[in-house]
Amino acid sequence: MKQTLLFKNRVAVRARASIVGKKEGAGPLGGRFDVVLDDDLLGQKSWELAESEMLRRAACLCLERGGLDVSALELITAGDLINQLMPSSLMARSLGRPFLGLYGACSTFAEGALIGGAMVEGGFRKNALCAASSHFCTAERQFRFPLELGTQRPPAAQWTATAAGAMLVDREKAPAQARLTHGTIGRVVDFEVTDANHMGAAMAPAVADTIQAHFIDTARDFSDYDRIITGDLGYIGRNLLKELLVQRGVEIDDEKLVDCGASLFYQEQDVHAGGSGCGCVAAVTCAVALDNLEKRAWKRVLVIGSGALMSTTSAQQGESIPGVAHAVALEVDE
Amino acid sequence: MNKMRNEEHRRYDRMVKALTPNSNYIQGYLRAFWVGGVICTIGQLISLWGEKGLGLSESSAAMLTSVILIFLGTTLTGIGVYDDIGHYAGAGSIVPITGFANSIAAPAIEFKREGLILGVGAKLFVIAGPVLVYGIASSIVVGVIYWLIGRLAG
Repeated sequence: MKQTLLFKNRVAVRARASIVGKKEGAGPLGGRFDVVLDDDLLGQKSWELAESEMLRRAACLCLERGGLDVSALELITAGDLINQLMPSSLMARSLGRPFLGLYGACSTFAEGALIGGAMVEGGFRKNALCAASSHFCTAERQFRFPLELGTQRPPAAQWTATAAGAMLVDREKAPAQARLTHGTIGRVVDFEVTDANHMGAAMAPAVADTIQAHFIDTARDFSDYDRIITGDLGYIGRNLLKELLVQRGVEIDDEKLVDCGASLFYQEQDVHAGGSGCGCVAAVTCAVALDNLEKRAWKRVLVIGSGALMSTTSAQQGESIPGVAHAVALEVDE
Repeated sequence: MNKMRNEEHRRYDRMVKALTPNSNYIQGYLRAFWVGGVICTIGQLISLWGEKGLGLSESSAAMLTSVILIFLGTTLTGIGVYDDIGHYAGAGSIVPITGFANSIAAPAIEFKREGLILGVGAKLFVIAGPVLVYGIASSIVVGVIYWLIGRLAG
């Protein structure tokens, strides 16, 4: 297996938690999240602190649900979109447990699940908390413009979701919500897309690459999964992915291919190409995918987090946008 | 190999263009036209009121117009309305002087949390700065051309 890790012991997903902002709560999945915030500032004095607090609440809620005391937590993997991972680092500071900060843009949650899963599978850690967050207001001020500036967004632009998700994994044999069976580490793929307002286009080739690698490594295809969940390509990126997969000769099942960003909002919510952000795929995976696996409505899903790895500097220097996508396979506990 | 890869990227670029919807230009033009027109009409009314009503000179009336429009632009930014206008009207509300006021007031609000010096002070012109730099630079060039033409003609 060139890119895929096989978790033979089937790492257990012990608990999950998801928190979203007001606008995300008003979307089609609003009822499925654990917490919908009524104040996107969470009583903090800056947006960055608000995002950190949201992530901390998701982490603590997840630990509480898993019945694990913070002091017994052996690893936190977390990341977000903000420079030097301010929200994640401050969250980890308040939890005071071993911490690996990750930057993979929207692929962070899958990346964290891969690393956390591998640590647990390998016996290095008894448990790991994998979390990710994003906040519309922190991402806007870092990557775009001040919030009050009167600008228009192009149709391909995506809306950074205010959301956080956390998942606790461990090695216990006790019945779990789901089991982590595979992780596919993505390559950085760059098809020379330079438009930072079209991240779906920048990431779709990376997602196609990782899906294909996963299928080759595991000898699986669409028929082995109930859903192939991408996050976050948006509406346009999802269509591009379908085209790319068809071109590569991968047989696709349109019904099974769902995108977190394209599912999070109603189109009337004026989010153009759909949602994005590390928190979007994290929260949707926790609230929908893990929930459906626990209820046994789905048997097996592949979650693919995809990140557009541009920075404000690389964009200004005219570099094209490198994309990366990591995948984790989750299935029901039997 | 390299050449082949570039061909693949070009093909992808065409695919992206084909699958990406365009902005609705006609709607954009109409909205920009009427909102921009309304803002300019308000400015013209203020100017006339200054000249005729208050008996100001033409240049003083123009100054009064700028002051009032900038006041309106920053106030509407402060109460969180101008971004909605901009979202609707695009260039219609960016190009007039109220848009300039918005581009100064929005960073001031946004970066207040980083302090008065490194936040507000350093970031105040983050949007308007390039406009000022190239606006002033081009005005110098135009001024020199104007002076030269005057010399040659005169």
